[in-house]
Amino acid sequence: MLKGPSRLKNRRSMLLRRHSALAGLLAATMLVTTPTGAQAASLAAAGSGPASFAANCGTQPVTMQGLFESGFPDIVDLTQLFTKQYPNVKWSIREDPFATITSNAPLILSGPNPPDLMRMPQITGLVKDHLLKNMDGYFNTFGWDRFPASDLEQMRVAPSGAPQGVGPLWALGINYSMTGVFYNKALAAKVGMTAAPATLAQLDAVLAKAKADGILPVEQFDSSGNGGLIFPLQYLMADYTIQASGSVAPINDWVLDEPHATVVTPANLQAVEHLDTWIKDGYFNPDANAVSYATMMSRFDAGTGLVIFDGDWESGGFDSHFPGKFGFFLFPPLKAGGKQGAMSAPLTYGIAATAKHANCAAFFLNWVETNSAARALNVAVGGSNPGGPASLPIPPVKPGTVTAQTLAAGQVIARDNGGMGFIANATGPIDAEAWTPAVQELFGGHLSPEGVLKTVQADYLQELSAP
Amino acid sequence: MTSAISPVRSIGESHLTAAPRALTKRRARGAQLRGWLFVIPALVAYAAFVLWPIFQTFRYSFYNWDGVDPAQWAGAQNYKTVFSNEQLIGVIGHAFELILFFSGIPVVLGLAVATVMRRFVTGRMSTVARTVLFLPQVVPLVAAGIAWSWMLSTTGVVDEVLSKVGLGSLAQSWLGGFNTALPAVGVIGAWVLLGLCTVLLYAGMTKVDPALYESAQLDGAGPFREFLAITLPALRQEVAVCVTVTVIAALSAFDIVYISTQGGPGDATMVPGLEIYQLAFYNRQVGLASALALVLMVLVIGCILPVQWFARRGAEQ
Repeated sequence: MLKGPSRLKNRRSMLLRRHSALAGLLAATMLVTTPTGAQAASLAAAGSGPASFAANCGTQPVTMQGLFESGFPDIVDLTQLFTKQYPNVKWSIREDPFATITSNAPLILSGPNPPDLMRMPQITGLVKDHLLKNMDGYFNTFGWDRFPASDLEQMRVAPSGAPQGVGPLWALGINYSMTGVFYNKALAAKVGMTAAPATLAQLDAVLAKAKADGILPVEQFDSSGNGGLIFPLQYLMADYTIQASGSVAPINDWVLDEPHATVVTPANLQAVEHLDTWIKDGYFNPDANAVSYATMMSRFDAGTGLVIFDGDWESGGFDSHFPGKFGFFLFPPLKAGGKQGAMSAPLTYGIAATAKHANCAAFFLNWVETNSAARALNVAVGGSNPGGPASLPIPPVKPGTVTAQTLAAGQVIARDNGGMGFIANATGPIDAEAWTPAVQELFGGHLSPEGVLKTVQADYLQELSAP
Repeated sequence: MTSAISPVRSIGESHLTAAPRALTKRRARGAQLRGWLFVIPALVAYAAFVLWPIFQTFRYSFYNWDGVDPAQWAGAQNYKTVFSNEQLIGVIGHAFELILFFSGIPVVLGLAVATVMRRFVTGRMSTVARTVLFLPQVVPLVAAGIAWSWMLSTTGVVDEVLSKVGLGSLAQSWLGGFNTALPAVGVIGAWVLLGLCTVLLYAGMTKVDPALYESAQLDGAGPFREFLAITLPALRQEVAVCVTVTVIAALSAFDIVYISTQGGPGDATMVPGLEIYQLAFYNRQVGLASALALVLMVLVIGCILPVQWFARRGAEQ
């Protein structure tokens, strides 16, 4: 559930009605369906039951309802390929920006005609409300125990909505994104960066050199709702947490809402302070707080900025549109050769608890993860690790491409056990309500590093304790 | 005889006059009924789409509800939160700050522009000027928000113009700065509402008897004196309408803020309309969102009633 590009690109495209004094009233009215215990119970029943059974799409004509995130062509391409192999299955697809899916998910999933397959926002609230299909039955049917357990961990949630990482399986990722640092090769050559920085100190030096040479060191988005400074912040948190604890486990505990987990740690404070020095040294574009993801990408594509902090969903686009122009490296560790951390999260899809064609949807998900043609398409278009059984090889890609670099980086993170959930996904509203405003205020000099962590932790506890 | 006839006559007369009265009453009642028949469809729609949602919002405001699970009674807790949470109070404060831009600038500037148009722009030019000024009112607010976001970015026309006229040091990210974001949003609102106010005020000015201006000129009054003594008092109703519409727009601002800043940076431009949306759909706190929506409604009414009273008093005088 890492932030995808279109989630950010499309935030501005929502059409909203005028005269919004009534917006709240209408919002409440839209949710007018009287909540009853009976309804919740029936949904719970539909969503339960980890039995193993045959699940496929049959031979009769089936029209699958899909609700996908706009701007991600891989899933649509996969449905088309699936129809070629299983002609009785047709797709009726609606695409919405991620923000729209996030805000509408409970309403859509609790409605009379929920989609069979849906791009999932943060799932804890949906699990708590019994709106998702428990996929443990499919886990047994399709033998998903062949998948690396860590790949499925982020989609496991206790039925009460917390903690995450344990309990039934509620969704499946069609690919597994990896984050890191993209750099402009021409600008890197200008500042004498001939190889990826091996340590954080080396990265600091490269950024300082770029600044001194009049090159913008970092182009980053950080507009509201799109707090892009969280990317470098979490990389830094990983570095300092690995130094303090030997792994990124404390960060993952926080993301997975483990009891007593806290983001207010000395290691995280060092991370925010480090980010603060970058801000004060003027390494970021000065208008970051007003720059959207789309603007950042268009500027970087056009040659502005030595690096951006982003994810491998851009790899395919870089390879096809700007071959040879950009490179990728993992965020460097504090000490050369040390363990590295990166946000590694699945692009999750779930099935509505009351979906009409739940079995076919699960069959499709299994096909995406295991069919060789589907996996090859997934890597070529999605640019990320296709997941699936550990025994299956990753489809080959052209050596030297950005996609090849990001896939190789995935191996490093797997070796170091450095995969992290995204801190912006710890709770549903934590990104919009806490992280983004906090890093924006840090950027504007209105909040101290310590204040960032304390503000976020207070919001986190409040959200977790909400009834 | 007379006395004998008189009562009969009077009774007969009273019968004769009572019948038309009853008929008139019946007709009046029939007309009233027909009137209600005409009104009922609109009344039903109003009740279904305005009164019922308000009632439901009022109901929800006393519950904790995430929109799906069974709701839990919360009493007045949501209202206590609205009035004690510093962030929510700050959000309401932003809405009042926006009144300066959404109401102050369009009304003051609208008066000035309408006065200039009345005095100097006539014929076809007047129509063209009014059309051009009214255009922002026709442009969807979402489109206005996007266009202004581009113009106010560091590569936008505003900073470019500043650089070209030697004020490059002032160039900045207007929507990304903590001190500039809210005024920048206010300027967008002022741009949208200026045309509406100008056209309304100009229409009001055209109804003023030109003889009054001639008399004032004969008495030696200058343009400023004319404006204060004749134009402004004559426009009391129009000014009240402008203030009413623009204050509502300021307090209920949503579209422009959502598109241009989404309430940021930080909470610098967060306004009640956007906060209600976020509370209901992201935080899934429908009860708190409903309480804030009702508080906002009361605030809007509280701001509008004095303006209406002032306008009505002026009309009576």
